[in-house]
Amino acid sequence: MEPRYEFGGDEHIFVEVSEDMSLEAFFISLSVANAVRESKIKGVTEICPANASFQIKFDPDQIKPNDLLAELKSLESAAEKAEPVLKTRIVEIPVYYQDPWTHETLMRFRERHQDPNGTDIDYAARINGFSSVDEFIQAHSGAPWFVSMVGFVAGLPFMYQMVDRPRQIEVPKYLRPRTDTPKLTVGYGGSFACIYSVRGAGGYQMFGITPMPIYDPKQEISYLRDFMVFFNPGDIVKFKPIGRDEYDADVEAVEANRFEPLIKEVTFSLDEFNTDVDAYNAKILETLHAN
Amino acid sequence: MPIKVNAPGLVTTIQDLGRPGYYHLGIPISGAMDRFALRCANMLVGNDEGAAALEAVFMGPELEFTEDAVVAVTGAELTPKVDGEAQETWTSFPVKAGQVLSFDYLKSGARAYIAVAGGIDTPMALGSRSTYVIGALGGVDGRPIQPGDMLPVGQGNGQSGLSVPANLRRGPGSTAELRVIPGLYWHRLVEESQRSFFDDTWKVAPECDRMGYRFRDGTALKFVERTPPFGAGSDPSNITDACYPYGSIQVPGGTEPIILHRDAVSGGGYFMLGTVISADMDLIGQMQPHTPTRFVSVDMDAALTARHDRASQLDAVRSALAA
Repeated sequence: MEPRYEFGGDEHIFVEVSEDMSLEAFFISLSVANAVRESKIKGVTEICPANASFQIKFDPDQIKPNDLLAELKSLESAAEKAEPVLKTRIVEIPVYYQDPWTHETLMRFRERHQDPNGTDIDYAARINGFSSVDEFIQAHSGAPWFVSMVGFVAGLPFMYQMVDRPRQIEVPKYLRPRTDTPKLTVGYGGSFACIYSVRGAGGYQMFGITPMPIYDPKQEISYLRDFMVFFNPGDIVKFKPIGRDEYDADVEAVEANRFEPLIKEVTFSLDEFNTDVDAYNAKILETLHAN
Repeated sequence: MPIKVNAPGLVTTIQDLGRPGYYHLGIPISGAMDRFALRCANMLVGNDEGAAALEAVFMGPELEFTEDAVVAVTGAELTPKVDGEAQETWTSFPVKAGQVLSFDYLKSGARAYIAVAGGIDTPMALGSRSTYVIGALGGVDGRPIQPGDMLPVGQGNGQSGLSVPANLRRGPGSTAELRVIPGLYWHRLVEESQRSFFDDTWKVAPECDRMGYRFRDGTALKFVERTPPFGAGSDPSNITDACYPYGSIQVPGGTEPIILHRDAVSGGGYFMLGTVISADMDLIGQMQPHTPTRFVSVDMDAALTARHDRASQLDAVRSALAA
């Protein structure tokens, strides 16, 4: 991969690692972004890893744009040589697929959808060659996901599934974006899953909802007391399908402030993953569920 | 002692110089859209330049003071009135306890900055008092001010009668020119569109706010043909979702350019053709809908020179007010 460096005005450098999404491109983007963070270059004010690219914001009064460019290039070549290993965590996110709230919303905006006669999940299952919605949910919740970028709005994770390319789910975005999406909707666009951290406009297909808040500007929820945003780029996510009863119980637990997400530390190796994807994912999921 | 909000205006928010450092989590910098005007307003009332003030868009609020204060209004030409008596903009004036500050209609510009000696003293959120409405963060409960809000004010020591010299004030002309460094995904456009983007006169669309300014009335842009990259999406204006620079210009579907501003969405899947230079970001905050706008192509050297000129202008205001 030959990264492309571009200035974004006089305060940003944008580095596209690859035009195509892949776990390799994401890994390089995250590694270089982390290396920039550790190197504490004077004048750098924001370091934003994204799916297959990253962006640096800087103060040109403190560092000349071309000097920063040169520093980034040297960090990038060092990061490319490093072993692709990431110390991170795996988190289980309960998902109530085909819930009544996203259903109401998708019906309300049906004329903006590719398939006005079905639902978003019916459509996604069909165009991805699944014989049933259940089979689709199995694929969506079976293999884990990398949080490849956090953003768009506060705390919203973009996730890329840890499977080989033929098994990647792909769906288009809505023909015209909706003006409303329920908070905590589990959505999908292109080859990325997301969770809407706040209520608002959106163009991703809607598959379900999680009871687990991921953004709390008031910092009252127990697991968001230290910081208001739950996700970080590099987190690994496993979706767990739940029904109405479990959803209601989880919401009650959240409201009583006794909901504790299931989180485990894990070390991810891209090379080991690439050797046998399914076996490696199974190993990671064992870690998640080990006592 | 607090200021009581009798009427909020259209959308009035508390803003300072923003909260850098959280863009990688989708939390934008926020802060005054016209930072120069905010700094001037604060200097006029003896505050730190980055103190929190009110940013009123198109229409002023009505505020009732519970204690004597010194106030200054900069940015848009929105004449302040104290108990109905008109005051100068870009000039500090006294407001006595019990008096009401209201505003005349907007004459030019888009956003007025209302600074009070001592600064608005709402709680800090991630190091800033700036309101980021989408994330319900900062300001008063993360939202624009509402009737009945009591805005706390810090301890101030401002003087009335200070004024920013007329030649040092700043606003957009009748046709706005915004300087742009082409780049990012500029190569996605065919040559004809690379020319028409800079040749056309665009117009600010009604959809213009703290997140971004949309433009219309220019020629639709055409893209170089390609096989869509995996993960990008099928529309020729799509990219694999990436981070967006502040000031970057995206053109979904090639039709209406959008410049992202202080409350930018931090990333997404639309190509960007370039970025407005930092020196011209303040100007955007003062543009009204329908303002004819030209984009002017510049290089990095020109951008840094313009940035230096802006800094010198601010220094000149500092010297003028210190004298």
